[in-house]
Amino acid sequence: MGLITLLNANNPLADAATQRATLAALPLRRSFEEALSASGQPALHATGLSVLQMNVGRRCNQACRHCHVDAGPDRTEVMTDQVIDACLALLETSDIPTLDITGGAPELHPAFRDIVRRARAAGRHVMDRCNLTITRLPNYAYLPEFLAEHRVEVVASLPSVGARQTDAQRGEGVFDDSIAALRAFNALGYGVDGSGLEINLVTNPVGAFLPGAQRSLEADWKRELQRRFGIRFNRLFTITNMPISRYLQYLIDSGNLQAYMDRLVTAFNPAAVDGLMCRFTLSVSWDGRLYDCDFNQMIDLPTAGDAPHTIFDATIARLAGRRVAIGPHCFGCTAGAGSSCGGATTERTERTV
Amino acid sequence: MDTYYHAKDLAKFSDIGHDAPELWKKFSDWYGAVFAEGALTEREKALIALGVAHAVQCPYCIDAYTTTSLEKGATPEQMTEAVHVAAAIRGGASLVHGVQMRNQLEKLSM
Repeated sequence: MGLITLLNANNPLADAATQRATLAALPLRRSFEEALSASGQPALHATGLSVLQMNVGRRCNQACRHCHVDAGPDRTEVMTDQVIDACLALLETSDIPTLDITGGAPELHPAFRDIVRRARAAGRHVMDRCNLTITRLPNYAYLPEFLAEHRVEVVASLPSVGARQTDAQRGEGVFDDSIAALRAFNALGYGVDGSGLEINLVTNPVGAFLPGAQRSLEADWKRELQRRFGIRFNRLFTITNMPISRYLQYLIDSGNLQAYMDRLVTAFNPAAVDGLMCRFTLSVSWDGRLYDCDFNQMIDLPTAGDAPHTIFDATIARLAGRRVAIGPHCFGCTAGAGSSCGGATTERTERTV
Repeated sequence: MDTYYHAKDLAKFSDIGHDAPELWKKFSDWYGAVFAEGALTEREKALIALGVAHAVQCPYCIDAYTTTSLEKGATPEQMTEAVHVAAAIRGGASLVHGVQMRNQLEKLSM
């Protein structure tokens, strides 16, 4: 696969409105609103704000097939200094405990290190959504030491413990580079008991099916990665692929779209609703617009009603209890064991590091 | 193309309960219990089911347990080995009856 995005291929699905219309046109057994209502929750509201997630840009050194961001080397969107300042100011003047930095490859942003330093100086927990291979590029080889120095939680993507499936999703050679990167992180103490340096792995299914049981997969992966490569990690997060951007295109191309959406709908789990990340996360796009989650950001479904729509208008008071914007794609986060940026929502555990 | 098997028919499996609902319920309850986590994990059971599906050559089961195996975290390599297990047992079952052939052969031969 060439490193090209939907946007630069002039694919109609690069337009968020086209994606929303594609999903809206699918005949589903029930809407997400109906599913919520049947589970006793007529509308979804935020219950707090514990994660500020900054999507600092859509540029990435990879172009994974399942990417809901449509990120790639040919994207140019980069978060401006004004938006960064406003995000960090909100963090510094509130008690939001966690800053989650994502992209694209967030480390490609010129101000990535400054963002980390400032958030850590404010005493916040910082998460870096890392594709691992970025650390193998010569200009970014400093990253593992920098992240360790600032005790950043690394959340690294790895869809499989084998090369075939990993490379099929993420590009040729990604598995080998990922293993090398993980070894480098381990050498600095990441994943080592008692180090306080946390590295968690994220796995998305390599195809049109739901993820396996998180706890059981984690045990298998710990055994296999240790046995085969001497690699250690803290937790495994399973994330359901969302029918957005390139994954939506994959579903259409493979003839799996209707069946996959039907699967998400029939697998709706009321127990997954309480832990939905949109209830405690605020997502900020590169241009400062606000969303309830990264998926809503990519499908351009902004914060609803009277809630602030840009970071420049954001206050904790105005964000509290806001109604969450929903759509058919939300079935992705409530299917099976539930899904979020922190893995299965019915298996959520408190942070121990 | 007209054929006996249609993938969409898998979703109509429960229709068999329409004219014998109590029997369907008994089957469903037992079926669910069989595939629940027990001494074997759900993934192990899915892989066994996948192998058996190939042994009995049920296209509905092959379809269903390919998906289930993936959803329980099985890899393509594990699933392929499960199919080989089924093939080995089926082949072996034929071959081991060759002992019977040899018994008869020895009885009849000088």
